[in-house]
Amino acid sequence: MFFNFMDELRAAGISASLKEHLVLLEALEKDVIRRSPEEFYYLSRATFVKDEGLLDRFDQVFSKVFKGIETSYGTQEEDIPLDWLKAVAEKYLSEEEMEKIKSLGSWEEIMETLKERLEEQQKRHEGGSKWIGTGGTSPYGNSGYNPEGVRIGGEGGQKKAIKVWDKREFQNLDNTKLLGTRNIKVALRRLRKFAREGAADELDIDRTINGTAKQGWLDIHMRPERHNAVKLLLFLDVGGSMDPFIKLCEELFSAATSEFKNLEFFYFHNCPYEGLWKDNRRRFSERTNTWDVLHKYGHDYKLIFVGDASMSPYEITHPGGSVEHFNEEAGVTWMNRLTNTYPAAAWLNPVPEKQWGYSQSVKIIRELMNDRMYPLTVDGLGDAMKELTRKQG
Amino acid sequence: MRFDGTKDYVATDDLKVAVNAAMTLRRPLLVKGEPGTGKTVLAYEIAKAMGTPLIEWNVKSTTKAHQGLYEYDAVARLRDGQLGDERVHDISNYIRKGKLWEAFTAPELPVLLIDEIDKADIEFPNDLLQELDRMEFHVYETKETVKATERPIVIITSNNEKELPDAFLRRCFFHYIKFPDRETMQDIINVHFPDIQGVLVKKAMDIFYDVRDVPGLKKKPSTSELLDWLKLILNEDMPLEALQSSDSSKAIPPLHGALLKNEQDVMLFERLAFMAKREAR
Repeated sequence: MFFNFMDELRAAGISASLKEHLVLLEALEKDVIRRSPEEFYYLSRATFVKDEGLLDRFDQVFSKVFKGIETSYGTQEEDIPLDWLKAVAEKYLSEEEMEKIKSLGSWEEIMETLKERLEEQQKRHEGGSKWIGTGGTSPYGNSGYNPEGVRIGGEGGQKKAIKVWDKREFQNLDNTKLLGTRNIKVALRRLRKFAREGAADELDIDRTINGTAKQGWLDIHMRPERHNAVKLLLFLDVGGSMDPFIKLCEELFSAATSEFKNLEFFYFHNCPYEGLWKDNRRRFSERTNTWDVLHKYGHDYKLIFVGDASMSPYEITHPGGSVEHFNEEAGVTWMNRLTNTYPAAAWLNPVPEKQWGYSQSVKIIRELMNDRMYPLTVDGLGDAMKELTRKQG
Repeated sequence: MRFDGTKDYVATDDLKVAVNAAMTLRRPLLVKGEPGTGKTVLAYEIAKAMGTPLIEWNVKSTTKAHQGLYEYDAVARLRDGQLGDERVHDISNYIRKGKLWEAFTAPELPVLLIDEIDKADIEFPNDLLQELDRMEFHVYETKETVKATERPIVIITSNNEKELPDAFLRRCFFHYIKFPDRETMQDIINVHFPDIQGVLVKKAMDIFYDVRDVPGLKKKPSTSELLDWLKLILNEDMPLEALQSSDSSKAIPPLHGALLKNEQDVMLFERLAFMAKREAR
C-alpha cells in the first residue's frame, strides 16, 4: 500500500523510512482518521515530515501522487489549454520578468507567478476597473518548457475548492530558500564547539559531590569555564558584482559576529591578493598584508570566503590580472596559500547554484577550493558548517 | 478517545489529526511553531480534555536525560551514614524519581510534556531514544526495571534552536503550528473574550495583521501577544474610536507595549509614523 508514495517522497529528499510507513499503516488500521482525503493528508504529513522546511515539498509530492483525488468540496480543477496559457504568459509577463523567472529556474515558479498575476487581474476586474497588461511581447519559444497538462490550483473555482495541499502554505519555510539572520544563526550554531580552556575557576559541583561522597571528606574540584572555542576567519567580497547581495552578507555578518567570540573578518575584491582591508572606506590607504594575516592567525582558524566568484578568469590565473591594481602574484597563488594554511575552509556563494556552471571563474575557484563551494541558503550553509567541523585528516 | 480542541483552545483540523494519531498509537508528538502560537498550552489542553493529570518536564540548557529518569542522591546518603541513620542501608531511599518515572508509574494515564527539548544538549534526545520508544528503563543502583503499565501520551515542544537527531524524529509524529489565518484567529479570540464587541475585534485584528506585515520587525507579535493586547484594551475600557482613528499621526497602535517587545521595533514604528505625518502634509 502506498509504496509509490514512499518512493516519491524519498526521491524528493524527504527521508521516509519503513518505520514511518508502518506507523502510517498502523494508524490507518486503528481508524485514527475519518476516511477523507484531507485527514489522510494530515495524517501522512504528521507521519512523514519531521521538519517544517520540508512541508512544502511534501505538499508537492502529495499532489503529484494523489492527483485526481477529489476533496470533499468536490470541485474539480480545470486543465488550462496550452495555447491559452502561452498567450496569457506572453501577455502578462514582461520580458524582464520572463528573463528573471527563467534565471530562477523551474516551470513551477513561472506558473506560480502567472497564477498570482491572474488572480490579481481577476480582482481588478471584479473591482470594475480595466485590465492592465504589462504589455510584454516576448516570444516564449526557446525556453523549452513543456507546459502540457499543467494545472493551476483553484483556478476557476471558489476559494474553498482549493485542495489543502495545493495551497502550499508552507512555501516560505522551504530549506532551499534564502535565509534571514535567525536562520543563519541557527546554521552557524552547528559550528559551535564548546571547550573548557584556561584557568580552573569554576566549581565542578558534580565531581566535588562524587569525590566527597567517595572519600568521606570535603574534596573540592575546579574546572575552567566553558565557552565556544571555534575560531573563524571571514573573507568578504565587496563591490561590483556583489552589490545585489549586500543585504545578505550583512545578515550573515551580523549573525556571525554575535555567535563567535574569535571572529576576524577581512574584505577583498573578486579574488584575494597580497592585500586585504578591514574598513571599506579606506580600502586603499589601510591595507593589511595578506602574509601578516597568514602568520598571525593559526592553522586552527576556520576560513570562510563569501563571494560570487564571478570575474574574468585572468583575475585568478594571471599575475597583473586584478582590475584594481597590479598584482605581482596571481590570485591562484594566494588562494592556494590561504587554503594550505587553513585546512578547514569553505566558500559561500550567494549566486544560486544553478547558475554556477555558466561562469568559468566560478569553476576555477571551485576547483581551487576542492569543491568546497556552497550556496548561501539554509541548506548550503548547513553543509558548509558540516564540512568545516569535519575532522581534517 | 478523541481530541477535538477544548472550549479554551481552538485546534485546527490538521492539529487534531496529529494529536489523535499520537494518542491512539501512543507515540510522542513533536510540536514546533513560532513562539506564542500555543505549543505548550496544547499539552495542558489535551490533559484537560482527557481529564488526565499533566506531568511537566521543563528542559533547560543544563538538563540531562538521566534527570528525567532518576537521580541518586549520594550526599544525603553520606550524611545519613555519618549520623548513623538506619535508612542508609537501603539504597532505594536515595533514589529520586524523575518525571519520566513518574509518568510511567502514574496510577492514571498521564500526559507527559517535555517542554523545549531543543534547549538541552545536542545529545539529549538521543539519550532518551530507548526510554521513549520502549517506555522502560533500568535503575542500576537497585537493579530494577521500571516499565510503563500503559504508555503515556507524550507531547514534546521545540523552538528549533537545535537540530533533532533523525533516529529521534523517526519515532515521533510531527506537527508545525503555523501562524493562524484570520478565520482561526477570530475563533481564538471568541474563545478567550466571548463578550467582546465584534467591531472592536475586527479593528484590532486589522491593526494586528498590519503590524505583522511591517517589514523589518525584529519580533513579530504572535497569538499570545494579540490576546494580551486585547485584554489590556478591555481593561482600560478603551473607546472604539481610539482604535478607529486611522489618522496617520497616530500610526503607533495604542498600548503598543503588549505587541512590540523590542525597542528597535518601537523606534521603527515611530519613524514610520513620522514619515506618514510628513507625507500627509
